[in-house]
Amino acid sequence: MTSTVENTVGRPLGRIEGPAKVTGEALYAAEYPVKDVTYAWVVQSPVPRGTLNAVVVDPLTEDDDVLAVLWHGNAPGLEDAGDPELAVLQSDRISYRGQAVALVVARTLEAARRAALEVRLDIAAEPHDALLRADHPELYTPEKVNPDFPAESRIGDVDAALAAAPVTVDVRYETPALHNNPMEPHATIAVWEGDDLLLYDSNQHGPGVAGTVAAAFGLTPDRVHVINEHVGGGFGSKGTARPNAVLAALAAKVVGRPVKLALPRQALFSMVGYRTPTMQHIRLGAERDGRLTAVSHEAVEQTSQLFEFAEQTTTITRHMYAAANRYTGHKLVRLDVPTPRWMRAPGEAPGMVGLECAMDELAERLGLDPIELRVRNEPDAEPESGVPFSSRHYVECLREGARRFGWAGREHRPRLRREGDWLIGTGVAGASYPTMAQPSTARVTLGADGTASVAIAASDIGTGARTILTQIAADELGLPASDIRMRIGDSTLPMASVAGGSSGSASWGWAVTEACRELRRTGRSEVTFDTSELIAQQEKDGKHAFGAHFAEVRVDTVTGEVRVSRMLGVFAAGRILNPRTARSQFLGGMTMGMGMALHEEGVLDSRTGDWVNHDLAEYHVPVHADIENIEAVWLEEHDADVNPMGSKGIGEIGIVGSPAAIVNAVWHATGVRVRDLPVRLDKLLPHL
Amino acid sequence: MKLAVNGVEHTLDIDPRTTLLDALREHLHLTGAKKGCDHGQCGACTVLLDGRRVNSCLVLAISQQDAEVTTIEGLSPHPLQEAFQEHDGFQCGYCTPGQICSAAGMLDEAAKGWPSAATPAGEEPTLSDAEIRERMSGNLCRCGAYANMVPAIAEVAGR
Amino acid sequence: MKTFEYTPATEIGEAVGALGPDAAFLAGGTNLVDLMKLGVATPDTLVDINRLPLRDVEELPGGGLRIGAGVRNSDLAAHPVVRRDFPVLSQALLAGASGQLRNMATTGGNLLQRTRCRYFMDMTKPCNKHEPGTGCPAREGDHRNLAILGASEHCVATHPSDMAVALAALDATVHVTGPVGDRTVLFGDLHRLPGDTPHIDTTLEHGELITGVDLPAPSRNSAYRKARDRASYAFAVGSVAAVLDTAEGRIENVRIAWGAVAHKPWRATRAEEALRGQAPTRENFLAAADAELAAAEPLRDNGFKLALLRNMTATVLEGLA
Repeated sequence: MTSTVENTVGRPLGRIEGPAKVTGEALYAAEYPVKDVTYAWVVQSPVPRGTLNAVVVDPLTEDDDVLAVLWHGNAPGLEDAGDPELAVLQSDRISYRGQAVALVVARTLEAARRAALEVRLDIAAEPHDALLRADHPELYTPEKVNPDFPAESRIGDVDAALAAAPVTVDVRYETPALHNNPMEPHATIAVWEGDDLLLYDSNQHGPGVAGTVAAAFGLTPDRVHVINEHVGGGFGSKGTARPNAVLAALAAKVVGRPVKLALPRQALFSMVGYRTPTMQHIRLGAERDGRLTAVSHEAVEQTSQLFEFAEQTTTITRHMYAAANRYTGHKLVRLDVPTPRWMRAPGEAPGMVGLECAMDELAERLGLDPIELRVRNEPDAEPESGVPFSSRHYVECLREGARRFGWAGREHRPRLRREGDWLIGTGVAGASYPTMAQPSTARVTLGADGTASVAIAASDIGTGARTILTQIAADELGLPASDIRMRIGDSTLPMASVAGGSSGSASWGWAVTEACRELRRTGRSEVTFDTSELIAQQEKDGKHAFGAHFAEVRVDTVTGEVRVSRMLGVFAAGRILNPRTARSQFLGGMTMGMGMALHEEGVLDSRTGDWVNHDLAEYHVPVHADIENIEAVWLEEHDADVNPMGSKGIGEIGIVGSPAAIVNAVWHATGVRVRDLPVRLDKLLPHL
Repeated sequence: MKLAVNGVEHTLDIDPRTTLLDALREHLHLTGAKKGCDHGQCGACTVLLDGRRVNSCLVLAISQQDAEVTTIEGLSPHPLQEAFQEHDGFQCGYCTPGQICSAAGMLDEAAKGWPSAATPAGEEPTLSDAEIRERMSGNLCRCGAYANMVPAIAEVAGR
Repeated sequence: MKTFEYTPATEIGEAVGALGPDAAFLAGGTNLVDLMKLGVATPDTLVDINRLPLRDVEELPGGGLRIGAGVRNSDLAAHPVVRRDFPVLSQALLAGASGQLRNMATTGGNLLQRTRCRYFMDMTKPCNKHEPGTGCPAREGDHRNLAILGASEHCVATHPSDMAVALAALDATVHVTGPVGDRTVLFGDLHRLPGDTPHIDTTLEHGELITGVDLPAPSRNSAYRKARDRASYAFAVGSVAAVLDTAEGRIENVRIAWGAVAHKPWRATRAEEALRGQAPTRENFLAAADAELAAAEPLRDNGFKLALLRNMTATVLEGLA
């Protein structure tokens, strides 16, 4: 096969599923037409800790349409699926407020919802502790933090270096709990066909959900078929099976009919994970020229009674800046709260707030341009592992951003620009995200008509995966993109890794690339390729994407309201496979970063253990009007060490550093350092 | 009850509690209107009711027997759909039908000269980017595709 | 949602007569349907008043305006006479909710919307508005956006409307019809402070229906300003509606109302008194706001509202002076 077809990788191909999405034809999990479907509604615990003695269904109010009220007293037993949160309706133990304690199944949605409100719970509540404190007596250092890093790292003597440093910064930053809130709430339709289970489920990893749900029901993974053709966002919260998948399957088994369970928005706050709040302590020591001598970054986080989720908040500090003396650490406390889980750039996003705001404070102390401070601390190799970077163009991102943003000539002292009632300032912060790939398998089949079919159980949660994989296959096979039939979103296709960790395109694209190459090499008409061995041989350290964020804000001196006039992200993230979808991913991450800086906060009432602002009217995410002038650009970078495409992940780096750039810009505008996010008017107004 | 959707009159046997959104999705299998919050807080369920954009999750179906409902399925084909694709005005696509129905309703409102909070006091509105953003703020997008939707809408508005 | 009977009404008398003890009027539904889904509102009958002839805006002799209770928020905001003669009202309407919600919500319904207190919106939590005597967890809990004025130990909720704040500043009157006939309520008498009966939001009797709102003579020199936690589509953290007329360097007429500070739209009468006859200076505006805020009793986390209202009041009035 020699071809003159022009390469499509690197070109702004439109989303293949675009027509289906703009016409409403694309089907999401709860939308598949299923005959005789019934509806389920979750009853959640109103207490954070206790014992559920009984679930009482008042016969007088019971609706004819109600088919079952399931709870641990009558629900079928489940096997251990490796995730205690999936052992739904199995025990009388209540471990957090919002835990599913019963499930109503009814012929209609209205009847299920009504009955769920009417069900009475006989609960023996116990005293609880849902308040994260930096001095909590039960704080401990976990053995590892996610995904598999040591909880602590120590090089040299930080304390001695700080004591000797002519300039130091010693600050505490806090980030609140954040909720993923994909626009499509988690949903499942479960259909049993004998002992085989079909799940239409909204998730980021069909094969993973199939395996986990199979384990819960004591089935082999091939008996569970998961379809997730279109997924309405996930941002980490759909990375593994959530209770809705198991509950729907359980209920369908009991009532002998298909069951649809679409979680209400409010339930997402407690049932599908959230980003842990963090309390960070950052200490920096520097020479007068700005060269760091000591970097210490410690984080306090929470986890649940059910299991340990240890977010990697400070691991990003291990590779950002050079310094001879270093410490990073994490401390956890188990509280009576829902288990925190992954949310877009878990660890890096909150950790970078602490590090990059502290760097801004150091620049202030030194009277130095915050960009120059960063440039002076550029390491030659990973500062802690000593492994060379496969590629690192952080300084170039800062310089390119400075040029585009108009940074030159910036007066670095704060509160000097005023227009009417508005104070105006600019800020910068660095960005970084690890470059990863995970084993996946792709199958390529050549058709008699010269077209090709590519199959891989990947998930397109809005990333553009379907489109990018098509481009990769087209180029490898020398075919136009229109001759590739890409099949994803089905767990029965060859195994693919999760759409998470910014690793989807790298992992799946790698498998598609190798399968196509082997097909061309061997001349066979069908090849299935598994990348497990290749990835096992790869050096893991030293592989990161980098970037720089710039923000201009204006702060209203009358109200303290903050508006972001401009945001610019400059990234060096390997080869950009599709500039159209890549730009959108960067912008999306930056938009969520603005939410993190200014709007978002899960407010936990420690007395009730509940997220009190558990809906989209009270948990604020950015709206159209918040996004004024935002742009993302990138540098040419091709990193042959990371994967055959030379690409790095781009789904998360947009939210890493962008909140810090905004917080730093707010300081520059007002002279006020707000060290607990979000930066809202009440924190600024007293100082304006 | 009778419900006229996209020019077709349907006869439905439904609970008075059924919202217009649930009637569309669960009874008529018109799943273009999405359920994002079910409380009027996200805009994913936006449809046109007698030509005006509304949150169908807060409308009881039974109260709309005289109304004409237009969903994304009935709006197609619409230039906004092409423009959203051209400008990559979506990622996951879940808020998209609501955004497009909302934009269609919004363009009509603007054409009637309705002001918005972004209209300077005492002036007549023109569909600047700031006006589009303010008028579209009832439609959340968690993927953060706002920056691409605004030029798509501006293009259809003839700017 | 509890099951209910649905009754469309085509005549006002029929609507009022049909309202049983656990029945409710259904207008735009933007608040009622929301609360029914949460189990906070549990009517057994919904009397749909959307077909009642209450959809007109009429000009009154003397320059006033009669707004039918069924007029949608978006239509009212865009009405040319409202925009010209009562800019504070148009601005307040447009500052509220979203385009979709404004297309649905009505004048009457907007006035009767209930608090957004996060405990009130959740039936799994105690709340004296759900059931008197169960307690107010907001006092010690989450109350950043709750009341600083006129609250009681039983309730610190705020009224969430923007429109109602403008109507308070416009000296509107509210027309009501009910089982015992028609009456007119001064706007300031429509909403209540919580006292020891926080479950009662207004002075309307059960079965009474708002049919319209009258605005007196034009208030062309008026404005609304709202502070919130994001640029749009968010309830107020604090808001100011003001009307100002000056003559020969002195304030002749001033009316100020605040939103998101109390259980009702808060008419700042002390501030108005302090300003009457005074020079329209920032200093005087600030002093007037302080006079009103002297009675404030902020909670642990909402003391910032004092500075917010003080600044906003002075700035809005300065803009009108």
